[in-house]
Amino acid sequence: MPEWINISGIREKITDTSAEEVTLSHIDKIRNSRTYGFSAINEKAVEQAKEIDSRKTDSPLAGVPIAIKDNISTLGIPTTCSSKILEGYVPPYNAHVIERLVDAGAVILGKTKMDEFAMGSSTETCCEGPALNPWDTERVAGGSSGGSAAAVASGEAPVALGSDTGGSVRSPASFCGIVALKPTYGTVSRYGLIAYANSLEQIGPMGTCVKDVATVMDVIAGHDPRDSTSIKKDMNYSKSIEKDINGMKIGIPEEYLSDGINPEVQKCVWDAIHKMEDLGATWKSVSLPHTKYALSSYYIIAMSEASSNLARFDGTRYGLRAEGENWHVMASRTRAEGFGDEVKRRILLGTYALSAGYHDKYYLKALKVRTLVKGDFDRALSETDVLMGPTMPDIAFKLGEKIKDPLSLYLTDVNTVPVNLAGVPSISVPCGFADKMPVGLQIIGRHFDEESILRAAYSFEQNTDHHKKRPEGVR
Amino acid sequence: MITEEEVEHVGWLARIEIDRSKSKEYAEQLNSVLDYFKQLDEVDTEGVEPTYHVEDLVNVLRPDTVTESLTQEEALQNTEHKKDGYFRAPGIM
Amino acid sequence: MAYNNPDGVMIGLEIHVQLNRLKTKMFCGCSTQYHNSQPNTHVCPVCMGLPGALPVINEGAVEASMKVGLALNCEVTDRTQFHRKNYYYPDLPKGYQVSQYDYPIVSNGKVVIEGEDGELVVRIRRAHMEEDPGKMVHMGTIDKSRGTLIDYNRSGMALLEIVTEPDLRSPKEARRFLDKLRNILEYLDVFDSNLEGSMRVDANISIGGGSRTEVKNISSHKGAERALIYEIMRQKNLLRRGGVVTMETRHFDEARGVTTSMRTKEEEHDYRYFPEPDLVPLKVKDRTSRLLDTLPELPDARRDRFVSQYGVPEMHAKALTSDIKVADFYEMVAEKVDPKVAATWVADVLKGELNYRDLTVKSFNVEDMVKIIQMVIDDRITDRSGVEVIRTMLDSGGIPMDIVQQKGLMKAEDSVVSSAVDEAIKENAAAVEDYMQGKEQSMNFLVGQVMKKTRGRADPQTVREMIISRIK
Repeated sequence: MPEWINISGIREKITDTSAEEVTLSHIDKIRNSRTYGFSAINEKAVEQAKEIDSRKTDSPLAGVPIAIKDNISTLGIPTTCSSKILEGYVPPYNAHVIERLVDAGAVILGKTKMDEFAMGSSTETCCEGPALNPWDTERVAGGSSGGSAAAVASGEAPVALGSDTGGSVRSPASFCGIVALKPTYGTVSRYGLIAYANSLEQIGPMGTCVKDVATVMDVIAGHDPRDSTSIKKDMNYSKSIEKDINGMKIGIPEEYLSDGINPEVQKCVWDAIHKMEDLGATWKSVSLPHTKYALSSYYIIAMSEASSNLARFDGTRYGLRAEGENWHVMASRTRAEGFGDEVKRRILLGTYALSAGYHDKYYLKALKVRTLVKGDFDRALSETDVLMGPTMPDIAFKLGEKIKDPLSLYLTDVNTVPVNLAGVPSISVPCGFADKMPVGLQIIGRHFDEESILRAAYSFEQNTDHHKKRPEGVR
Repeated sequence: MITEEEVEHVGWLARIEIDRSKSKEYAEQLNSVLDYFKQLDEVDTEGVEPTYHVEDLVNVLRPDTVTESLTQEEALQNTEHKKDGYFRAPGIM
Repeated sequence: MAYNNPDGVMIGLEIHVQLNRLKTKMFCGCSTQYHNSQPNTHVCPVCMGLPGALPVINEGAVEASMKVGLALNCEVTDRTQFHRKNYYYPDLPKGYQVSQYDYPIVSNGKVVIEGEDGELVVRIRRAHMEEDPGKMVHMGTIDKSRGTLIDYNRSGMALLEIVTEPDLRSPKEARRFLDKLRNILEYLDVFDSNLEGSMRVDANISIGGGSRTEVKNISSHKGAERALIYEIMRQKNLLRRGGVVTMETRHFDEARGVTTSMRTKEEEHDYRYFPEPDLVPLKVKDRTSRLLDTLPELPDARRDRFVSQYGVPEMHAKALTSDIKVADFYEMVAEKVDPKVAATWVADVLKGELNYRDLTVKSFNVEDMVKIIQMVIDDRITDRSGVEVIRTMLDSGGIPMDIVQQKGLMKAEDSVVSSAVDEAIKENAAAVEDYMQGKEQSMNFLVGQVMKKTRGRADPQTVREMIISRIK
């Protein structure tokens, strides 16, 4: 039976048996998955584990299996962004985070499903069909890192990497009852991350507990000269979680608990805030007045950047190639056949938003609104240490419920996208259940103050039982 | 409002072939999203600078020193359309 | 006399200069030394546009671009950044070119050239950095192609696009501008014009205040003059027949020497420029004074110095400094022999002979030039013989003295040496006798005597032969 084991549990198991055995048992779970989070298993995983066994290393992730979202480049392992256009593409290089994980002894289990090119909030735009929510397989796992969240919540991988452009690690973490961190922009190198919206996204760790997320951060974060937006800063994440939250000042953005939020979700969040109070924190109401405009700003920026980022998929050097009487026709058909509907819509909208005559009205306007959204956070976080609210406005929705109406799907990101516009760090941690489905608490911090949000999340987790509940069929 | 004609033009700009029979449907879908984006018109951004980067980084540079390249085999490993070490594609015109 | 520009020709140039003296490409560490290499061997995830790869700006490219800007009397922009220029083409692996848009690194410069009627100031509008696309090889012709082969070795090479105002009034002025620009770039050591594709020119041409056409695909400074002559003629003929010049882009067919219209759907560009989110802005203006200090002496300054330091005429100074390798060569020669004489020989003779043979000054070495000039100065060979020696060396190699010997170019020398030989034989009868008896060393003594008399100007081997022939 699959079970949730944290990193220290895995390491004990390795001591008792071997990394090879641990990897084999996870691969076995993946093969019998009822949530289909993986799109590919690393054929060399067992070999890697054996190598760790022979090295007897005690590096922090020695022998720890990890699942990788399929938009992170892995040398020799297909990397497709869950898109038909990248079918069969095998990168000749590793992303920076993969180099770091391998150096730390982690075993790459395989690649996980996602919304095609990370464009979606439910993993339903994956070209191979969705990952399912382990708490209710008729519901979505969230997205776009839904495969990673499903894998962790189903006990098929103790930890995973996702990427977060507008909530893509936090949304599925909230829906699947696990923990995920979206780091401050610039903290984790994007080298090797297949870009959706460069100025917004970060790779983030996902796991069953706060400590594991911090441990993975310690490995993947840090300066990389190959990413020009990577920051030079030394941090020790797992150490920072240990301090208590006595005296911490919490801000509750009134816009995050507006009428559109499921009342059951609101209740879970308020319970969490009161728990924080019990632990010595204080809270007050704050306002992020431009929140209602954040969604439009976010989507315009993301689609504009994406329209350019995805231009390279033209059938010439890798991936799908359609027939065509000349190069331009070949490229146009390749892209028409290779991209799914949502990706095409976003590319068209982004192209339109950047095109002559519309650039200022959409793209430039969105960037100005972004300045206002960022200003909201700067103000609110100048008088508080962290902000808290629900990660998602509701629990995981039913498969197929929203996929027909793109706008309704976009609206589910309302509480997560402002964070990416501002570039601040944010964590989602389980804070209860509504209708038997997990609810996530979002904790947002100042730039580079992952310490405070990890500490708040850890204190909360250690003093509540939400993270001890398991989906059916998982120990 | 984006027209069907504009959808086809944008499709060409983005090199996504759009079947004539589907341009109406695309126009409708795109318009519903563009309608939503209209809400930005109500935000007063007079005098507000755009935020391209959330960081204040400048002058991130690398020294002019050579690093290893891929081999020709690695460069061409992801395509069957190759000839004598070149990528092979249909002609331009 | 003032040039009245009878046809009202206005030419503006956009020159793409490959900064090929850098070690690496614009945004990745791939080597720039791909010429003569197999295709797709100087590529990496970054310059191949593989998914997930990110660019990082080459500091050397930034400073080289600034140096060029400063040498062209430009201002360095306070804060500059890169944009993405979006368009689809098989040689463009990312579907966009990383370039600069509204904040070029340098702008507002000027270059003085020799115009139709004296000095002409050509204003430089801007110069911006960008990356070179890959290279396409068409199977068949471009319009009836059976396919395209693509090599990304060139992809990502650092380019500087220099844009002039439409200040040039004739193809000749355009060529002179390009020659001068090339010369400045080589003085700065950022550019080697001998490498294929190192300089590519687009030209905007209008006549009589009419619409301008843009001629693309001019691949050399020599081609530029031809393309412009053709395009001006075409526009004039069109007007003469009552036609109208329309604003359009034309393609220069180098082989046929004509420009052809490129009106196709793909020409309607909407580049959708936006700031490259994977790069951060540059604030490098504060490097200006340091870079100014490191600027080498430029052609105009060197020309003036040649006049004042060596006393050479302006005309020679210009000719000598119009190519850095020639100027360096000249200065090395001028260290050894009279600089004025050297100037004539290098500027008038050697340069002419090299041009005639399409050779560069690399084909000749300084010591040989010095020897030839010295022989002329010493009156041992005539000017004409000096030229002949140079020609022979360029055509069939060899060293100056041998050629002089073999061709019997030695002037008065014959008689001087000849009488010295006679004297030596007469004055040293004993030594002659000893040699006749088989004493080899005596010959060395005799040759030595001749050398002394001719103050070393004679060739010992020749002297030896002359003595032997006379005493036998």
